[in-house]
Amino acid sequence: MGHPQSLMATYTTSPIGGVDRGHKPPAPPFGGGDGGGSGNGGPDYGARLRRARLGLICGIGTVCMVFIALTSAYIVRQGIPSFDDASNTYVHDWGIVQLPWLLLGINTALLLLSSVTMEFARRDAARRAALAPVRSIPGVSLGNERSFPWLGITVLLGFGFLAGQWLAWGELHDRGFFVNTNPNSSFVFLLTIAHAVHLAGGLIALLWAGSSSLLGKPVEARRIAVDITAWYWHFMAVLWIYIFALLSFAR
Amino acid sequence: MATPATVHAHAPQGFIRRYIFSLDHKVIGIQYFFLALTAVFVGMFLSLLMRIHLVWPSANLPLVGEIKPETYLTLLTMHGTIMVFFVLTTAPQGGFGNYFLPIQIGAPDMAFPVLNMLSFWTTFVAFVVIIAAFFVSGGAPLHGWTGYPPLSAVQSAGPGEGLGADLWITSIAIFCIASLMGALNFITTTLDLRAKGMTMMRMPLTVWSWFITAILGLLAFGVLLSAGILLLMDRNLGTSFYVPLVVVNGQVMLHKGGSPLLWQHLFWFFGHPEVYIAILPGMGVTSQILSTFSRKPIFGYKAMVYAMLSIGFFGFMVWGHHMFMSGMSPYSAFAFSILTMCIGVPSAIKTFNWLGTMYKAHIRFQTPMLYAIGFVSLFVSGGLSGPFLAQPVLDIQLHDTYFVVGHFHLIMGVAAIFGMFAATYYWFPKMFGRMMNEFWGRIHFFLTLAGTYAIFMPMHYLGMAGGTRRYSDYREVKYLATLIPLHQFMTYAAIITIAAQFIFVINLFWSMFKGPKASDNPWESTTLEWITTTPPPHDNFGGVTPVVHNGPYEYGVPGAPKDYVMQTDPAVVATH
Repeated sequence: MGHPQSLMATYTTSPIGGVDRGHKPPAPPFGGGDGGGSGNGGPDYGARLRRARLGLICGIGTVCMVFIALTSAYIVRQGIPSFDDASNTYVHDWGIVQLPWLLLGINTALLLLSSVTMEFARRDAARRAALAPVRSIPGVSLGNERSFPWLGITVLLGFGFLAGQWLAWGELHDRGFFVNTNPNSSFVFLLTIAHAVHLAGGLIALLWAGSSSLLGKPVEARRIAVDITAWYWHFMAVLWIYIFALLSFAR
Repeated sequence: MATPATVHAHAPQGFIRRYIFSLDHKVIGIQYFFLALTAVFVGMFLSLLMRIHLVWPSANLPLVGEIKPETYLTLLTMHGTIMVFFVLTTAPQGGFGNYFLPIQIGAPDMAFPVLNMLSFWTTFVAFVVIIAAFFVSGGAPLHGWTGYPPLSAVQSAGPGEGLGADLWITSIAIFCIASLMGALNFITTTLDLRAKGMTMMRMPLTVWSWFITAILGLLAFGVLLSAGILLLMDRNLGTSFYVPLVVVNGQVMLHKGGSPLLWQHLFWFFGHPEVYIAILPGMGVTSQILSTFSRKPIFGYKAMVYAMLSIGFFGFMVWGHHMFMSGMSPYSAFAFSILTMCIGVPSAIKTFNWLGTMYKAHIRFQTPMLYAIGFVSLFVSGGLSGPFLAQPVLDIQLHDTYFVVGHFHLIMGVAAIFGMFAATYYWFPKMFGRMMNEFWGRIHFFLTLAGTYAIFMPMHYLGMAGGTRRYSDYREVKYLATLIPLHQFMTYAAIITIAAQFIFVINLFWSMFKGPKASDNPWESTTLEWITTTPPPHDNFGGVTPVVHNGPYEYGVPGAPKDYVMQTDPAVVATH
């Protein structure tokens, strides 16, 4: 890409320079995108990271819309009275669910802890990517670096959370609450399972990010995968807190 | 810049990687295009059966036999669903958007090519699933494309409400996921992959329309997905989100206390933006073509951008106007009514600017231009009945009549289709390297324009006369029976119009192989797809990264050597 100054010079020497339609002065010829990052040789990891994060923001927006829709259904369904043929009147049929508080509390703690370990993994991957050029210089050693398996711990904690949720659903069944017991229990199962499905997607992404180092991908590519998954993982933690709060305080 | 370097990024070899599971946005765009073309013929065939049945209810048709009332409802449901999702959403955005958005912003491909491929094949799976609904026991569902519960939520509510309806909802849910992946890709591509100098306000209006459509899709399809999951649970897990206490065929269902209105709110929160998802790309391509063939800059570029943004914004606030008949507080209805009429303002700005673009221009009346003018015509005729229906007092009279059918077919059906026709005739040379036949293009245009008006204009009168929609047989009701001659007229018009579409298909495929070779810029247009070769190389610009210096519609610049200045031409002062 040319220097902005030289591009401006092109304008002043243009054969029909100065001809315009009487609008504002010309806009500078820069300010668009980066031209795609490819086409000028090797992959541009900075641009790819930014692009992946932008895509992730869109994805998070979508997931938010899914849960906003479910929340509005939750509030509406909770508020409407239902016709009861036995008493011939309108009654509120929302019902109650006895949540397994202890189990859900432990699961929440596991998920929050996994978010912390994920953040360490993210920073570790970023540091490695930054040091990669130095490391590639022959004869340069950065010392004996012990790398802590943050990613592996996060995966374990993630599976722990899912297993905990599985136990919680079983506990709900033992207490006599099924998906069709009452509207409240329908939403408890719906929201927790919907969250678990999204979290399972994050776990798959984590496994993929972890395997990229085994497959010999460049550290920068691994860094992007870990970074994106980490932000998604944090979002999953926030989403779980929101769902837990909704189920706890808006029952 | 006019002759890209011969260095091409390597294209994948092998038939499967190149044409089936391709990562190239151009191939994926063409795949979407042909998927939509297949779907439009299925949908059109269903509408033909409906029109024939309305006029000759006891006719014994070849292949399908005599159409029963419930079969009529099946045709209605599947026609609506296939047309809205697999034609109006798929072709303008998935097809042309995929092919031309990256080229028009100077990018080598979409931001996430693998995701792009996945979103096409997911859409394909959704199409296969919905077509499968025809062939399962009980047949396809009959709850209409809007799928209102309790009809759609109870398995025993009617033929086709069993497995057929499950397949219908599953297909919609899969389609939602595909559209969300596509929308994510479009937004990221537009924001991040623009070439140097391609500022937001230098993007062609087509790119703006695809970008805004993608934002609408990103926000709307997630809601439909949620609504569909709740519906599936009601149908199969015994929950009661939507189903109140109902008695079906003398049997009390186990459901209790659900609200059918909840579905309607969630569905129309998606459904109204969906209308703009269908029509916005048509607006974009119409702006592009009107400017090109009028040889004038688009009148009020910025106003066009802000009008599209405000149409998208208001599109999320008016879903309640579909529900005036469903029971709603008059205060809510009033708010929805006012907000709906607000959309008239940006729509009028767009129409005014289109007319302003053509005013006193030396117009080249070629087929793409004819279709773009046709789009404006249909947009006005279909749009003007909108403010009628936006008023609850009028809507209560007109809602379940053919007036509504006429309204939405003109504006989101035929107008959007005209946008696709315009886009096809305009971009065909770039996509397939050959020109379409101009003479048959014009014949096709005039037959289609006259034909669609002949089908859908009488529907307005029919509706005002009280002609109810969704009925399969009008002979038994006296005042409806007197309207049958009008139905006959519309059916004849439909048969002629549908026959005329074969002119288009023959022209399309004949030109693909036998048409005259197209030059790189046959329409003397200014945007980036016309600086590259025809058809474009694998990386779009043959190893060159274009640098943009001008706005997209620099026609008739005083003192310029030609009457148009390419976006990449450094020799002019930008005016935007």
